[in-house]
Amino acid sequence: MSHENPAVKKTWFTPFNMVVGFILLVGAVITILRFTKGLGAVTNLDDNNPWGIWISFDLLCGVALAAGGYTTSAACYVFGLKRYHSAVRPAILTAFLGYALVVFALHYDVGRPWRLPYPFFVQSGPTSVLFEVGLCVFLYLNVLFLEWSPSALEWLGYKKLRNVIVKLTLGLTIFGVILSTMHQSSLGALYLIAPSKLHPLWYSSYLPVFFFVSSIAAGLSMVIFEGTLSHRYMHHKMDETYLSEHDGVTLGFAKAASLVLAGYFFIKVVGLALDNNWHYLLTGYGLWYLVELLGFVALPAFLYAMSVREQNLKLVRWGAVLTVLGIVLNRFNVSQVAFNWHLPSAARYFPSWMEVAISIFVVTVGLVIFRFITTNMPIFYEHPEFKEHEPVELTEHELKPHPQSF
Amino acid sequence: MLRRQFLGLLGATAACAALGKPAQAAGTKHFAGYPGSNGVLFDATRCIGCRRCEAGCNQVNGLPAPDRPFDDLSVLDQKRRTNAKSYTVVNRYDNIPGAAGPVYRKTQCNHCLEPACASACFVAAFTKTPQGAVTWDETVCVGCRYCMIACPFEIPTYEYNEPLTPRVMKCTMCYPQITSGKLRVPGCVGACPTEALVYGSRAELLQVARERFHAHPGRYINQIYGEREMGGTNWLYISGVPFREIGLREDLGVTPAPELTSGALAAVPIVASVWPVLLLGIYAVSKARDRVAKEETKAAVAAAVAKAQAEAQTKLAKTKADAEAQMKTAIEREVKKALEEAAQGPTEGGE
Repeated sequence: MSHENPAVKKTWFTPFNMVVGFILLVGAVITILRFTKGLGAVTNLDDNNPWGIWISFDLLCGVALAAGGYTTSAACYVFGLKRYHSAVRPAILTAFLGYALVVFALHYDVGRPWRLPYPFFVQSGPTSVLFEVGLCVFLYLNVLFLEWSPSALEWLGYKKLRNVIVKLTLGLTIFGVILSTMHQSSLGALYLIAPSKLHPLWYSSYLPVFFFVSSIAAGLSMVIFEGTLSHRYMHHKMDETYLSEHDGVTLGFAKAASLVLAGYFFIKVVGLALDNNWHYLLTGYGLWYLVELLGFVALPAFLYAMSVREQNLKLVRWGAVLTVLGIVLNRFNVSQVAFNWHLPSAARYFPSWMEVAISIFVVTVGLVIFRFITTNMPIFYEHPEFKEHEPVELTEHELKPHPQSF
Repeated sequence: MLRRQFLGLLGATAACAALGKPAQAAGTKHFAGYPGSNGVLFDATRCIGCRRCEAGCNQVNGLPAPDRPFDDLSVLDQKRRTNAKSYTVVNRYDNIPGAAGPVYRKTQCNHCLEPACASACFVAAFTKTPQGAVTWDETVCVGCRYCMIACPFEIPTYEYNEPLTPRVMKCTMCYPQITSGKLRVPGCVGACPTEALVYGSRAELLQVARERFHAHPGRYINQIYGEREMGGTNWLYISGVPFREIGLREDLGVTPAPELTSGALAAVPIVASVWPVLLLGIYAVSKARDRVAKEETKAAVAAAVAKAQAEAQTKLAKTKADAEAQMKTAIEREVKKALEEAAQGPTEGGE
């Protein structure tokens, strides 16, 4: 094929590359600004509002939406739901990139990023919830790296090392669930220390429980949501096992998410009742709280339940989108909307365009790496050389390709 | 596998033991402050809003020159808070019901007995000194600003325009200057012309405040702000008007900040020790269920095969028997027929 058709000649100037290139360029410029002029030059942060969207979105939402890693691997390896096996690798990859980007984004936000390992190696503050968050995120990033590494090792052809790491799967999964339980909840616990700043409807001694339970719903929904997107753009990379299991994964996860969201709804109401906060519901903040609780918790729980009953994949996707938006809304409500509610509106925070641009930049970096890895490494398919090395469940899949008994 | 799990659990237990701190939330212990620790008593009935304390603080701490000079009192027209250039500010509060004129109040770090900032700092950069001051260590601070989230009095500030070496800035009660002997009292106290600020041991200051209540009936509301707020502070306030009228929050409660998170932190070792048991249990159950299901399938298949085989055997035997019987009857019939034919044969042949 030496005569290439000029019409299909490979060009770097595709619309996708142009947009990505532009975002990366803007990100690079703001990065230089941040590290030469300081946070004051690029953010709207001030002494009353020390945490902006780089914490609300990049950290709180980033970690919650990367929860698909521990939920999926726990479902498959601990709970023994082997029909979800093909969903594990994409979920682990998403989680690994998510956490890596959380840590990457933190380098912009903290004052002296090279000191980020200080809490573990120089001087520890174990009375701090943030210490727990930091330690767990640090450890979990390593766990996710190990969980993800077999796909890279298969790609590179390091069989021996790959087989050693695959043997650690159960241990890594359990360690991952423990670490996730602790830091997902601790992100909520961060705000326990500021009852005088957070609106009573969002402040609760159950905040850690709320954050943990909602992270499960977020993780399940992200797997569904991301699976839908991947189906559209990475379809050519998927093997038969992935494709035949995909609908089963979607409906199974929808069922689980429906139950978790229903449970989340009830513990939120319990929190409301425990603190006797009913009278706040008729205020402006109360209506906003109801929008979150009814529109983004109860409604997606209902949509998920409906979709499972009717085996309606389209409805599942709506449920997933609504849940993901609901988690983002909740994290923003806790960390921004309801935080500092006692301050006059002039003293409240609104992000600068450069803060938004850096958040978009971080997500774009993640997207580009995700695309590179899923294009090159066995994520949506099983590497032909390693098929037989997979545990027994693989043969089971082949025996019954449509395990959709709900 | 078992040995590995055991070692893992052992490691987790050791890690918990090393990291765990005694959970005091449920205990009956109450920290009433270091004995003999120092503080400052601010008397709002004496403050005239001259901003000399701000100037004194600025000078002894070597802070940058203010945007507007310290004798410019028009800055009091707007409410201000501490910032990276000023550890302390004075605010004026107008139109307070029951007050003859404006009332002034100085803001700075209250030096909590159990500081929220120190509890929240993940590198333990803050220290509650036995002398009373809460100090901050630049050599370990990462600049995460969680202290600013945690502080109920909104005191710590941050050098947002420092790109690589931003500091958290807050009042030190002139701890370095006093311990080195450069100052006897904090800069603000030394600069106050009306003795609205008194420096001394916290216990004595509480005494002084009560004596003033006693000596001037009706002049004060008989309450000392900072005696119990957030578990108590080394900086104390007395006033002739309700504290909320001069910008001091009365809804903070008396719980020291560390207690607000100690419950959640106490859950950490429990999760770390219970989760492995629970998760391995679930794993074992699902494994066992799989195995049982597989065995049951196997047994059922074996039974079905055996049954089918047995049936086939009987059928075969029956068929065989039937065939034999048929054969036998056929032979007998044929023999009989032949015999009959033989018996009749000669007669017929003879005809």
